[in-house]
Amino acid sequence: MTMLHTVNKSPFERRTLDSCLGHASKGSAILLLEDGIYGALKGTVVADKIKDATADHPIYVLGPDVRARGMSEDQVIEGVSVVDYEGFVDLVTSHDNVQSWL
Amino acid sequence: MSTPMPSEPWEEQEKDPAVKKFMYVNRRAPYGTIYALESLEVVLIAAAFEQDVSLVFLDDGVYQLKKGQDTKSIGMKNFSPTYRALEGYDVEKLYVEKESLWTRGLTEDDLVVPVQVVSREELRELMDQQEVILSF
Repeated sequence: MTMLHTVNKSPFERRTLDSCLGHASKGSAILLLEDGIYGALKGTVVADKIKDATADHPIYVLGPDVRARGMSEDQVIEGVSVVDYEGFVDLVTSHDNVQSWL
Repeated sequence: MSTPMPSEPWEEQEKDPAVKKFMYVNRRAPYGTIYALESLEVVLIAAAFEQDVSLVFLDDGVYQLKKGQDTKSIGMKNFSPTYRALEGYDVEKLYVEKESLWTRGLTEDDLVVPVQVVSREELRELMDQQEVILSF
């Protein structure tokens, strides 16, 4: 059973990312989108948390949401993959289930 | 000693008790919720009433001012250029909390408009001076 977790809230405002990381089993994928993308950026106080998580999970971030918020792919933490909407669909179809951490 | 009469009508206007100190507190990131855009709309409408307006950006609100926003692929309007138009409506007091920038790895150079970067301590004092505070 493979699971894709999605997180769409800012890690500075909600505990959603922490909840997700605490409950996601090793090897399950995590996609950061909408305000969740702020967790995928270098130089913030939460950056280390995601960097550490890349050891246990493939982590993705939605490119259109990154660019909308004035951020560039260069600012995305190493080990986090940037995907577009097609990549989002591929992630959904290639996993057995999706858990949205709203 | 008697109070001198105001010699010009605009001097009288300056003492108008109807002018209040308004502060708009912006704490949300743009696009994920409607708060940032709604705040901007209210500020622009309220600007017509010639009040003493301050805008504060703290917590995720600092993200509203991030340079280089490109919303084409999410199908939403990029409203960040509007912050540059605020000056034209005499909305010139823009404050950004230093601690909020630091937490997010941002600096003043990352922002679309010139702002006054203030510490949490200074912001606390500014808040205490207000007559009306609106939170978004």
